[in-house]
Amino acid sequence: MEQSNVIEIQNLTKRFGASKAVNNISFDVRHGEILGFLGPNGAGKSTTMNILTGYISSSSGSVKVCGHSILEEPNEVKKKIGYLPEQPPLYFDMTVLEYLNFVYDLKKASENRKAHLEEIMKTVGIDKVKGRLIKNLSKGYKQRVGLAQALVGNPEVLVLDEPTVGLDPRQIIEIRNVIKALGKKRTIILSTHILQEVTAVCDRVVIINRGQIVKADTLENLSGKASSGRYTLRLAADEYKVKNALSEVANVKYSDILGVREKDTVDILVEAAEFADIRTDLFNAFAQKQIPILMFKPMEMTLEEIFISATSETVADTEDIKPVPKNLSDELKKIFMAKKKPENTKAEPEINKAGSNEAAPENEEKEDKE
Amino acid sequence: MYAIFKKEIRNYFFTPIGYIFISPFLALCAMFFISGVSYYQTATVDYILGPINIICLFIVPVLTMQLFSEERNKKSDQLLLTSPVNISSIVLGKYFAALCVFCITLAVSLIFPIILFIIGKPVLSEVIGTYIGFILIWAAFIAIGVFISSLTESQVVAAILSFVVLLVLYSLDGWTQGITTTWLKNIISWFSIFKRYSDFQIGLLSLPNVIYYLSFIFVFLFLTGRSIEKRRYS
Repeated sequence: MEQSNVIEIQNLTKRFGASKAVNNISFDVRHGEILGFLGPNGAGKSTTMNILTGYISSSSGSVKVCGHSILEEPNEVKKKIGYLPEQPPLYFDMTVLEYLNFVYDLKKASENRKAHLEEIMKTVGIDKVKGRLIKNLSKGYKQRVGLAQALVGNPEVLVLDEPTVGLDPRQIIEIRNVIKALGKKRTIILSTHILQEVTAVCDRVVIINRGQIVKADTLENLSGKASSGRYTLRLAADEYKVKNALSEVANVKYSDILGVREKDTVDILVEAAEFADIRTDLFNAFAQKQIPILMFKPMEMTLEEIFISATSETVADTEDIKPVPKNLSDELKKIFMAKKKPENTKAEPEINKAGSNEAAPENEEKEDKE
Repeated sequence: MYAIFKKEIRNYFFTPIGYIFISPFLALCAMFFISGVSYYQTATVDYILGPINIICLFIVPVLTMQLFSEERNKKSDQLLLTSPVNISSIVLGKYFAALCVFCITLAVSLIFPIILFIIGKPVLSEVIGTYIGFILIWAAFIAIGVFISSLTESQVVAAILSFVVLLVLYSLDGWTQGITTTWLKNIISWFSIFKRYSDFQIGLLSLPNVIYYLSFIFVFLFLTGRSIEKRRYS
């Protein structure tokens, strides 16, 4: 039991006055898993993590880490967990090395001090700034020092609260790679409100909203269930020709012109009738008319859509969450044509596409430049 | 506990905080020493440490103000409270660090009694008694400061609040003079933290007085632990 479930959370509730920040949530985290803890701001992610790491106590419910209860053996639990809170707990008047030495003492780590700290600093890429005062570091480096702190003492479990907030896109990719590499040996819980992060890093997702779990499943299951038979294509031809060619393909349930994104091309959205695979037909139809296909991209239901539908199902009255648009193509059109990046892909555009779309390298580059 | 102690000591000496405490303390010690020796022409340490008590009312809050409030403000308490350390060792580590800085400063001020011994004939038991009393009284006040620091997130609030509380305790003796109800006067003067100090000044080391100060320290450190623990539950 301990072997398979490293963390067991049961009926966890936390009240702040009259309101419940976390309301009766239960989930397990298996050994060696990277669990994405996903939710909008204020959903109770940080509260749950704070309880899990023993920073605050729960109102009711139980938390067990490696078989130890946080209530009965707090120090045993704390030994097993490395925690990076939302705001890295740094002492600004220390140098990086001094800070890590302090953490090493504090956690009573047993590894060889010098080698262990060197290794950690190399892993997160702060060995070059180890002699600098933390207050003089950039936000990205501070975040890394925070991550380094969580790694001191080789804890079995890592709890990372929004580890990539405030980093630039390159750093985000680096940190994610670090997390992925760490996840091979450890169990990691990673909270985020950035959906691409989950796609990029996690094995399993728990979506939480208003203190309650609204969905918990593996990533494949979540997006697989939602696979839709929708494709976007970029074709080097004019609208009329494309429409003409498209009209000859059978089993097309729905098609729409999304607009011109590149000179002398047109982007279209095609949706297949249920259970039909129209990809070959599409290719043949365009080939026949000598229309080059520059991009062919399956539109799986993104985690974003799953997330939005999941979080708005439970709370219809939440104003700040956009409901799923009835007419999806309108929404896509907006996204495609918008000069500015849409809000939720702004943070790391290249990740957004990289996961699901390898067929559009020029697309990625473009977004990078923006 | 040692890790936290070390960190706090380092913090005192690598930031201005420690020096803000040490420099006025020693400078004013020197001033009171010179003026005391030249005016009264008597060889006692009392005219150094007596007026320094009033100075300490202002500067001891500086020593304790950031101990817990700053951790909470910067959220670095998340590191301490999620590490495998007990709250008691966090509190003790911080308390001893503050006390240590205080004692180091006081040790430097020993230079004045040493000069006294060279140029005059002070009573040794008085000097020792005064110093022990001085340490105990301020060890107790540092405990109050630590407790107040754990109540708030702001250093400034902690400093001012500690100052006010110390001032009230300091002037408690003066207030008892005006009270005519004997039993009330007795109770208050029993609790008066400075009243017991005069026993030490005359070289009297009585066990009840020592226990009084030690239990005073214990109570406030215990309350500090409770106040941190309580925040976890709110």
